[in-house]
Amino acid sequence: MNETNSLIQIKGLRDGLLVSLSDAPWDEQLSALLSRVDAQPSFFQGARLALDVASQVLKVDDLVALRDHLSERGIFLWAVISESPTTQQTAQLLGLATRISKPRPEETRQFAVEDLGEETALFLDRTLRSGMRIEFPGHVVILGDVNPGAEIVAEGNVIVWGRLRGMVHAGAKGNRQAVVCALEFSPMQLRIADEASAAMSPQTQSKPQIARINQFGNLQAENWSPA
Amino acid sequence: MTAQVITVTSGKGGVGKTTAVANLAVALASNGSRVVCIDGDIGLRNLDVILGLENRIVYDIVDVIEGRCRLKQAMIKDKRLPNLHLIPAAQTRDKNAVSASDMTRLTKDLRAECDFILIDSPAGIERGFKNAIAPADRVLVVTNPEVSAVRDADRVIGILEAEDKGPGALIINRLNPSLVRRQEMLSADDVLDLLAIELIGIVPEDEGVLIGSNRGAPVALDPKSKAGEAFRNIARRLKGEEVPFLDLESGSSLWERIQKLAGRR
Ligand SMILES: Nc1ncnc2c1ncn2[C@@H]1O[C@H](COP(=O)(O)OP(=O)(O)OP(=O)(O)O)[C@@H](O)[C@H]1O
Ligand SMILES: [Mg+2]
Repeated sequence: MNETNSLIQIKGLRDGLLVSLSDAPWDEQLSALLSRVDAQPSFFQGARLALDVASQVLKVDDLVALRDHLSERGIFLWAVISESPTTQQTAQLLGLATRISKPRPEETRQFAVEDLGEETALFLDRTLRSGMRIEFPGHVVILGDVNPGAEIVAEGNVIVWGRLRGMVHAGAKGNRQAVVCALEFSPMQLRIADEASAAMSPQTQSKPQIARINQFGNLQAENWSPA
Repeated sequence: MTAQVITVTSGKGGVGKTTAVANLAVALASNGSRVVCIDGDIGLRNLDVILGLENRIVYDIVDVIEGRCRLKQAMIKDKRLPNLHLIPAAQTRDKNAVSASDMTRLTKDLRAECDFILIDSPAGIERGFKNAIAPADRVLVVTNPEVSAVRDADRVIGILEAEDKGPGALIINRLNPSLVRRQEMLSADDVLDLLAIELIGIVPEDEGVLIGSNRGAPVALDPKSKAGEAFRNIARRLKGEEVPFLDLESGSSLWERIQKLAGRR
């Protein structure tokens, strides 16, 4: 398992993932990649993927099959990078990009959890729709809505610059100081550390609110007011 | 000119995808466009029934893909509208007979020959759905004014965004204005508020839809039908015309909402 996985390197890019394969036989590489994906489906689901295939020579059938395999797993293949002119041509034929702008060093940082300090935040400039789940070992900031059926699990705070109507768990590893705030606050379910509350009744007048564990140890949401 | 490929999908089953494809197809074809419908719901075909073409099927999409017939042989011509064709789904074969690249290849061959290719997607977000959206230039998401349907539509929109298919345009089907007025049904406003994508049509609940489907004569062919008019309007919007929305919920602020949504982009 580890042996095959080590053939594959995965990096986070600004707008997706870059997976680099080696020159080992294509069949092996392909099955290693797919088993890697199948082992962590939620990590890959919905991802935009660029694939660096080193000097592999790939034909149309190979790339079509690859793209189908990936799309069945909810992964969108948009670029294939190769040193082989044949593979480059194949990729162009299929409308795939063959170059990606060189990622700057700080963007290539692995998504490895250990590297992230406590004060790291994940910033997402989009609405989280039903079925999306964000798990992050720091704070999460959303510029957009969190729709019913979407979930955020953060070890730190959760800030939603938009409407919060999904599920949020802040302080997920037990931090009782964590807060959750949103411009419009009507989560389907809210948790901070071990405290949970069921749906907060939808706000009639939508004021920004902030939720925290109060001095009595209860989850409480109140209107935000400038201190 | 090369055809635009439009896929109709929903997430939740039974919300009116097939109905929408059949009605948009006849509405577009009545207006002179050359239309090919593809039934992408392998194993559960029914677009042919709604279009009234069921008993003319010889070959189906899987026959084309597996090379048992030429594309032209599988295209059934509508007797009423000679510029409307259907490529039926296979009834018996398993779903894995078709892949995303098969769909892309098939539509590529058709693009030069028509103006619109309409693909009826199966419910869900599995392989059949992925196949149906793979070749799409534009996706129409159908929902009903109902919490679970809207939730699934939201999910589908999220996937479309992730796959770079744009957020899609929304059809709200089976809206019942009197239930909305009594606040027993989500309003178009409520649905748009959550999904926040472009609205391309609102179709009222109308028993004529079912009757038309059973007769193989989609309501868009009936000049007196309200639902038919709604579908004809969507067809005109697909052609780029600006058509005002039918006033189904008088007193609602729908127009403001639409304006606001348009401004957001
Ligand atoms: N506007 C409407 N008014 C009344 N009935 C409708 C309307 N639209 C659709 N229906 C009915 O709803 C039922 C389901 O419609 P349809 O088969 O088009 O849905 P679908 O989304 O294609 O379903 P599936 O997911 O099973 O493919 C049909 O009986 C149809 O006649
Ligand atoms: Mg259907």
